[in-house]
Amino acid sequence: MDISNFLLMRQEIMLLSIVLLLIIAEIFIPNDKKSSIVHFAIFLFGIHTILGFVGLSEGSLFGGSFQTTKLVYFFKNVLNVGVLIVLLQSADWIQEKVVKENKGSEFFILLFSSLLGMYFMISAGDFLMFYIGLELGTLPVAALAAYETSKRISSESGIKFILSAALASGAALFGVSLLYATSGSIFFADIIPTITASNLTILGFVLFFSGLAFKISIVPFHFWTADVYEGAPISVSSYLSVISKGAAVFILMILLFTVLKPLMYIWENMIYGLTIATMLIGNLFALRQQNMKRFLAFSSIAQAGFILLGIISGTQLGATTAIYFVLVYIFSNLAAFGVVQAISLKTGKENMDDYNGLYRTNPKLSLVMMLALFSLAGIPPVAGFFGKFFLFTSAASEGYYLLVFIAAANATVSLYYYLLVVRAMFIRKNEHPIPFFNSKIYMRLGLIVSVIGILVLGLYSPLYDYIFELNGFLNQ
Amino acid sequence: MDILSLFVAVPVLTILGLLLTKGLAQARVVSMVGSIVQLGMAINLVFAYFRERAVNDSVMLFTRDLTWFENFNIHYAIGVDGISVALLLLTTIVVLAGVFISWKVEDLPKEFFISLLVLSTGVYGFFISLDLFTMFVFYEIAVIPMYLLIGIWGSGPKEYSAMKLTLMLMGASAVLLVGVLGIYFNSNADGGELTFNILEIAKVNIQFEAQKLFFPLTFVGFAVLGALFPFHTWSPDGHASAPTAVSMLHAGVLMKLGGYGIFRVALFLMPEGAMDWSWFFIILSATGVIYGAFGALRQTDLKYINAYSSVSHLGMVLFALLMFNKTAWNGAILQSLSHGLMTALFFALIGMIYGRTHTRDITKLGGLLKVIPFISVIYVVAGMASLGLPGFSGFVAEMNIFVGAFQNEQLFYRIATIVSVSAIVVTAVYTLRVVGIMLMGKVTNPEYLDLPKTTWFEKTGILLLLIPVVGMGVAPLWISDMVMDSIKLFMQ
Repeated sequence: MDISNFLLMRQEIMLLSIVLLLIIAEIFIPNDKKSSIVHFAIFLFGIHTILGFVGLSEGSLFGGSFQTTKLVYFFKNVLNVGVLIVLLQSADWIQEKVVKENKGSEFFILLFSSLLGMYFMISAGDFLMFYIGLELGTLPVAALAAYETSKRISSESGIKFILSAALASGAALFGVSLLYATSGSIFFADIIPTITASNLTILGFVLFFSGLAFKISIVPFHFWTADVYEGAPISVSSYLSVISKGAAVFILMILLFTVLKPLMYIWENMIYGLTIATMLIGNLFALRQQNMKRFLAFSSIAQAGFILLGIISGTQLGATTAIYFVLVYIFSNLAAFGVVQAISLKTGKENMDDYNGLYRTNPKLSLVMMLALFSLAGIPPVAGFFGKFFLFTSAASEGYYLLVFIAAANATVSLYYYLLVVRAMFIRKNEHPIPFFNSKIYMRLGLIVSVIGILVLGLYSPLYDYIFELNGFLNQ
Repeated sequence: MDILSLFVAVPVLTILGLLLTKGLAQARVVSMVGSIVQLGMAINLVFAYFRERAVNDSVMLFTRDLTWFENFNIHYAIGVDGISVALLLLTTIVVLAGVFISWKVEDLPKEFFISLLVLSTGVYGFFISLDLFTMFVFYEIAVIPMYLLIGIWGSGPKEYSAMKLTLMLMGASAVLLVGVLGIYFNSNADGGELTFNILEIAKVNIQFEAQKLFFPLTFVGFAVLGALFPFHTWSPDGHASAPTAVSMLHAGVLMKLGGYGIFRVALFLMPEGAMDWSWFFIILSATGVIYGAFGALRQTDLKYINAYSSVSHLGMVLFALLMFNKTAWNGAILQSLSHGLMTALFFALIGMIYGRTHTRDITKLGGLLKVIPFISVIYVVAGMASLGLPGFSGFVAEMNIFVGAFQNEQLFYRIATIVSVSAIVVTAVYTLRVVGIMLMGKVTNPEYLDLPKTTWFEKTGILLLLIPVVGMGVAPLWISDMVMDSIKLFMQ
């Protein structure tokens, strides 16, 4: 094999080298200068992100178990940008809290390993690579969720996550083995011509699907979400809510639209029900949440329901919109988590009532939060509106008018609880508001990037056209 | 930049300018300048419209079309006819008057004016849009600032009212969304491309089955904003809690989006569906006309009285639109304009009375004519316009509506018309009741004897609205011609 073939894996190799570099740095940097590792990690990852955009070559490796296309590159770049924002937003927390406990570099190592797993999962050409990626993407997150060892709730969330994740990936693995039993191959390309809707195949598919549904937190696989989000450090919650969810959506879409396309008449009915359940349950539970992290957890469940609207249509338009929506969702949700993170870091307050009167003391943060929430709720002119409108359009294009109506009604319900936060920040008065504070440069940068994303993604249409061209292969 | 895009660009620039200001004094001056420029542009547009109309007889003038999202065939398509020009002019007047009335906003002035201008941007954009998507975007942009405007600067149960208003209107937009998508996916009925462009879709005959399904959705989606009974409940609560300028814009302009949207989208694109459903919505709107009038009769809070009166007057607009008759349609548009000016005037006056007496309960007020004569006299004038006295805008509008409506010879339409006309009598009763209790008689409360005089900015705001009310009544022809021309082209 030619060495240049490995260039197809260069994003994986680069990320792995970053992890190794960080391990070396951990050994050689003296303990009193450990906080510089934060700059080092962010700098390396920034370069990695930028390099991801150049020199895209397509192809496959290892007899087809690793494959990469322009679309896959795009997915990885989206994840990279998301992770970069997460890093920027958590830099202050790591410097102030984590480095003191002398585990700063481990945070990055674990996070990047998890991201590496996501890469392999998206690039998978067979179920083996897929499963390895899934596991590598999941296990480090459990350690991250339990990262604040001094807090009981954090350890609890780590345990909860690892137990439910193990169960989910067990189910997925069982599903994969059944699919192998019926088709005789684990390679996607070989499965496509032989797949038939036998009972065993359907059982395998359902089990496999539930494994991924767990990652996306689709109802009824969502029970871990709120508890884990609440207990885990905010950086980890935001990583779980956008990156891990986004990666799972990407691979689910690829599989549904290629390998499992012959079963579409089965999975579209299944997804129809799951969409409604996910939106409804997510919304209803979000209505009464006081803790901002739990609130965002249920909101992210509801958003997962909306993403399914794009998948259900089974068309190129739907796939494009789902990808676009995930991109928009990453920016919007990260902006919201960023504000929660900034406030929690300075004051330790995480409840909605604490946000009362925030606009009077911290107008900029409140505006960022408002934009993020409007984007999540789907209010123009921010990006979320376009994402939602296109999702509705793509579902309606296949005649799902009733589903669109239910979804639109759910969007109105979700507007209610997003407005509750706006009400707290802008309308309510507070005798002891959160005092004015300035965030550090990384946090600001993280918020600015997300806000730019929220504002630009919607109004700037060529990006959508670009994604549309990328996933032409899904339109078979 | 073309003459129409400026209507979106100038408010946006004003908002950007406002971001740089500090304090009330700067904020109000910047918004005043921006609004005056808008008014100038609208007046200029009226003249430009007449010049262009003389040589050009296409339905829409000053059209412009830029591709936005290629895959959905979404365009930034704009253009105006006489109806939109008239409504744009109305909007600019009300916005400017609103800025003058809010001259003394103490709390967060910058944010107040920004929200106000975001709202007006949405309204301008809505009136110039020829693309359903663009129209929908602007519709939502116009609605959402209401939440902050009522929530932050409102009074009374403001959190409740703001939430109720926003959720009802956004719920309506969810219904509308399904209607819009239904139109979009049926716009290739003759084998063409899917499109959101209103003029393109109008050329296509959407299948009757689809029209029957999507007309009511589109109609209700817009009609909630036009306070269709029984979806009007957001409006009285919203008005009562809103600050003065917001009530003015809300009743004067925002509620007009409903009638305009029904005319431009629901009726224009799905006429057969409309015919099929008209009986049902005529019953609802006629009920609204009567219900609103009687509701106003029972209220003692000035704002509630006017809110219910708006329900009644806008019910007439919806009623007239469903008549499929040029005269009635002309009346509907004129009623929109007339009601917009008149209600804005009412709310401005109520704001001034409340600002001085600190109550809006008419049973506690009395003899105001003696202590604040300027406000009181104008109130009487506005009341006369509201009850449709000849010489004011309301008369021309209501005359057209009922003459047009009565031309339908079927018994059902006749009965509906007679029922609605009777609301005019009730209108006279509740208007005169307020005038009698609040303005005439002795001064009930000695504290009222030394109420402060009206200031220059209050007077400017009032006159801005009063002049067109009288002007439309005395010389209705030019505006009625403008509207009528467009309706004729529209019907072809």
